[in-house]
Amino acid sequence: MSNKITLMQGNEACVQGALYAGYRFYAGYPITPSTEIAELSATELPKVGGKFIQMEDEIGGIAAAIGASIAGTKSMTATSGPGFSLKQENIGYAAMAQIPLVIVNVMRGGPSTGLPTQSAQADIMQAKYGSHGDYPMIALSPMSVRETFDLTVRCFNLAEKYRTPVMLMTDEVIGHLRERVVVPEPGELEIINRTTSEAGVLRPRPYEKQPGEIVPAMSVFGDGNRAHTTGLFYNETGFPSNSTDNAKIMLERIFNKVYDNVDDIVQVEEFELDDAEIAFVTFGSTSRVVKAAVKALRAEGIKAGMLRAITIWPSPEKQIRELAQKVDHIIVAEQNMGQYVREVQRIVEGQARVQHYGRGNGDLIKPQELVALVKEVEHGTK
Amino acid sequence: MEPSKLIQEYFRDANLPHIWCPGCSHGIVTRAITKAIDELGMDKDNTVIVSGIGCSSRAPGYMAFNTVHTTHGRAIAFATGIKMSKPELDVIVITGDGDASAIGGNHLIHAARRNIDLTVIVFNNNIYGMTGGQYSPTTPTDAFGTTAPYGNIDQPFDILKLAEGAGATYTARGTAYHTKQLISYISKAIKHKGFSIVDAISVCPTYYGRRNKSGSGVQMMVWLKDNYVDVKVYDKLPEEKRAGKFVYGEFYEQERPEYTAEYQKIIDRLRGEV
Repeated sequence: MSNKITLMQGNEACVQGALYAGYRFYAGYPITPSTEIAELSATELPKVGGKFIQMEDEIGGIAAAIGASIAGTKSMTATSGPGFSLKQENIGYAAMAQIPLVIVNVMRGGPSTGLPTQSAQADIMQAKYGSHGDYPMIALSPMSVRETFDLTVRCFNLAEKYRTPVMLMTDEVIGHLRERVVVPEPGELEIINRTTSEAGVLRPRPYEKQPGEIVPAMSVFGDGNRAHTTGLFYNETGFPSNSTDNAKIMLERIFNKVYDNVDDIVQVEEFELDDAEIAFVTFGSTSRVVKAAVKALRAEGIKAGMLRAITIWPSPEKQIRELAQKVDHIIVAEQNMGQYVREVQRIVEGQARVQHYGRGNGDLIKPQELVALVKEVEHGTK
Repeated sequence: MEPSKLIQEYFRDANLPHIWCPGCSHGIVTRAITKAIDELGMDKDNTVIVSGIGCSSRAPGYMAFNTVHTTHGRAIAFATGIKMSKPELDVIVITGDGDASAIGGNHLIHAARRNIDLTVIVFNNNIYGMTGGQYSPTTPTDAFGTTAPYGNIDQPFDILKLAEGAGATYTARGTAYHTKQLISYISKAIKHKGFSIVDAISVCPTYYGRRNKSGSGVQMMVWLKDNYVDVKVYDKLPEEKRAGKFVYGEFYEQERPEYTAEYQKIIDRLRGEV
């Protein structure tokens, strides 16, 4: 049987990818430019026995989605702009309580109400640091409609595998773009489901990792595990502990499950980097612009290349460090006033010149601008 | 002393003693919930207890069910996701007056509007206890709190009228003193198919009592005894005898389509057509 080929919108691809991954619960609140994700979920979920609920606010949306996941259902919530800010407290809860959840942010211009219908990539630091306290974050950023499908599946896989919230950081351009998509056949993409505890067994230490486990198996409501979930620091029993020694251990576990598995989690695309002398670091929709610029520069004999972070958090430290050894100049192109560039500068540690190019007013970066910029760099004027 | 059968069966006794202050009546309300569960013969594995943040919200940690201690004000929203995901579970929400009607007020009214089958027990002690005695949406006008040092000028909520107005289909108020009635209201609320809420009047001698010169926990319980009357009695009292009295009892009960059942009809209809 041949694959289904269809014209699909990015937000639609997100829902189709989620359904492919086995998602069965959506809770959220309408907000531009992510609303199509809610609309299509409302239409499609009941057809497969799943549930959709439009909550009274953004906070209720993520809270209900976490609740459904605690009860054992693959869950997702989607939002944009102000909604992403409102969800932050409960993102930290999911990280702390180790609840799998997919959070989609179709980024738009900000701050505040900002530019609801214009694209931006200005929630990059908020994705990593938006909730209070220390916690790791996994965030993926697609550059096409088909990749939105694939990365949504991957978000669910990573959330389930590592018992943690995972973000799909897309934007208005990709969310509303329509492209030809070759839809994967069932079985074509890997699907990961959380490991769950044995039914009917009371576990005195449900947060104790068993040999061979990356994270402790999750208790399932109704299956006789009768575990406790809390946003307080807890020990292996799952019950609150004020011990700072225990908090140290639990924080390390929450961090290490992500950072010990960076090679599994981090994906990048390298484009024309083999002999590159100047390189762009970018992600998401801006990668399309950068790719066009690199091609144009190559046509003129200028050795430009691109490193695209598909996984933006945790950042591709190893790949960026290697890049800094290879090229003298790195341009971080992003639709904001300078966010991911800070992360790149941190990693590069002065081994190459790092420059930001971008803006936050909703005007997309054009390939010609990047071509002109590289030429200025080549001539030593920038 | 051997722990009571109720404690052995329904409490995580390794987590006891609880954190509540001497004289606090949250323990009485918590016991009332387990007593109702016991009388109803509910399956512990099938019962979920969800709480928010505050003194009352620490109760689930002591209770031997599937339990979730969520974020401030969000217990009902988390519980909505749990109930939607697995409607076969019995979901009880434990919350405080601030948690339910201030920071969580939006979730309260909308869950009531949907008539989703949750049972909400509000441990209502008229004060923010965990943070040390600030006025809450149920603190009486003129009462004192650390943030109402000159007397509270706010008008308090009647949480049950709020819930009824929003669409709740079972509302009742009990007190920590009138435990027999409280247990029966909780029991009826759990059995009720739809959104049910029990306003459980509790006392906080440490933070409400001290500042308002209400006396010890025992004296505050005596106050409940002397000042709360059954709504059935209250309705027959002449106007002059009603002054200063508070009412407990069942206030509202109605049958209305339940949310998860209605959603299931959509699923069944769609799947029947496929």
